[in-house]
Amino acid sequence: MSVDAAAWEALRLSLWVACWATVLAMPLALWVAWLLARRDFWGKSALNALVHLPLVLPPVVTGYLLLIAFGRTGPAGQLLESLGLTLAFHWTGAVLAAIVMGFPLMVRAMRLAIEAVDPKLEQAAATLGAPRYAIFAHVTLPLILPGILAGSVMGFAKAMGEFGATITFVANIPGQTQTLPSAIWSALQIPGGEGQAVAMVIMACVVALGAVVLSEALARRVAARIAGT
Amino acid sequence: MTLDLHIRHRFAGFSLDVACRAGPGITALFGRSGAGKSTVINAVAGLLRPDAGHVDVGGVRLFDAQTGLFVPPAARRLGVVFQDARLFPHMDARANLMFGARFRPADATGAGFDDVVSLLGLSDLLHRAPATLSGGEKQRVALGRALLSHPRMLLMDEPLASLDGPRKQEILPYLERLRDGPLKLPILYVSHAVDEVARLADTLVLLQDGQVRAQGPLYDVMADPAAVPLLGVREAGAVIEAEITAHAEDGLSTLRIDAGVLELPGVQAAVGARVRLRVLAQDVILSRDRPEGLSSVNVLPVVIDSVHPGDGPGAAIGLRAGRDRLLARVTARAVREMALVPGMSCYAILKATTVAPGSIGR
Repeated sequence: MSVDAAAWEALRLSLWVACWATVLAMPLALWVAWLLARRDFWGKSALNALVHLPLVLPPVVTGYLLLIAFGRTGPAGQLLESLGLTLAFHWTGAVLAAIVMGFPLMVRAMRLAIEAVDPKLEQAAATLGAPRYAIFAHVTLPLILPGILAGSVMGFAKAMGEFGATITFVANIPGQTQTLPSAIWSALQIPGGEGQAVAMVIMACVVALGAVVLSEALARRVAARIAGT
Repeated sequence: MTLDLHIRHRFAGFSLDVACRAGPGITALFGRSGAGKSTVINAVAGLLRPDAGHVDVGGVRLFDAQTGLFVPPAARRLGVVFQDARLFPHMDARANLMFGARFRPADATGAGFDDVVSLLGLSDLLHRAPATLSGGEKQRVALGRALLSHPRMLLMDEPLASLDGPRKQEILPYLERLRDGPLKLPILYVSHAVDEVARLADTLVLLQDGQVRAQGPLYDVMADPAAVPLLGVREAGAVIEAEITAHAEDGLSTLRIDAGVLELPGVQAAVGARVRLRVLAQDVILSRDRPEGLSSVNVLPVVIDSVHPGDGPGAAIGLRAGRDRLLARVTARAVREMALVPGMSCYAILKATTVAPGSIGR
């Protein structure tokens, strides 16, 4: 069985989109997780609900809302367009869809990790004269690193597998917005396309397994360093 | 004045109003759990912002409710040793110690890394992770970390409370070395153990229900009959200084105090050293006449200073033995039958006496 170029292109695009989505979402997710775990402010439950919305909404609905807001005629879309950034029917739109869909998973994992850090350790660091950024960099961050890693792998896996919101928002243009799941879906629509679909299913499985194995190995190393053994 | 504070703070169901002043040396804040000790130490450290009052350390104002001044903990330069050590779990002992040194101001003075390691006996622990250290070892590292931040004062929140007897004995000599050594670092020491306080403190502040009930030099407060209910009837007792004059072959040592001479077993320090004696009030017997034919040889002529009836059948008697003060606990009936009144001369028989194992070095 030969795998045709379109399948490899879909894999390349999916990896590209997922990497961008993970890298861009990570700092924002960490910040939001920090706010939700450590700060009390007006509108906190609203923010929490907003972050989790994509988890409970049908992905098609999320995709449609993205299209309304970030499409060519949408307010946010026009603003970004004037800055030279096109999202609609473009791979950058697939990145945005992946970020939005993976965000709740990332925030959740990171928030749990932050909540597990004893604030008393940070207090101890403060009494030793450490400024806030140093407390975060040298005490909090190393302790939540496994959570950041776990959240990022979840976000990456979600980005690799995201289908409904992506196809609604940026359609299914080969080489542009056709990610692996969209390509598998397209292949299954064509008589005799099942061979290609199976090849891409295997690709998806290999990437997913690889991500899990890699994150486990990294988490073990971080945990070992934290335990100091 | 090393420490000058007045703190008022309300929690749900508890209000605290504490004013105290202390000079150099170790100031012990003593009270049962819930008396408000940790609240005071957190307010001094800047980990809690009181509703009202002020906090001065070494003449520097750190908190003033009236002007809204609140120096954040990182800028207070106070070393805090917490009951639970709070070592950073992802750093080994050396990295924990270095973290203390990392953020100190360039012009701060204090012990160097090697001095702290040798003072606290840490050289074998440097590459160990906190998870592999015993409770006593963790506290030593935490103390070293605080010292290396070159603090202006050390705050210790029940540093020995989570340790068992032998582990406590492991730490106490280090604290005595800090008190008597070249660092001369003032220490605010929170404790609910009378034996620690009697051994370490120069100034004693007794807290109860968020209020200061007594404060002053350790020897005065410990010998104050009114302090008996605060310290507990079994724990109350005067602390006096004695000089070791001889060690006899039968294991008894001779110690000179102002009012006379005592012979005690189990004294570890060298001849010429000055030690603290803790004389429990319940181990002092009073006699109107000089007793003859007693098994105890530790009899001192004393003058009754004050008679303080307790709530129960007991009474606390404040005594003067030369320049020293002692405390005796007798029954209220004995007070009546012996007609014990202030100004009366009598004899105190010391049944048992605890000696701090180390020399007090002054």
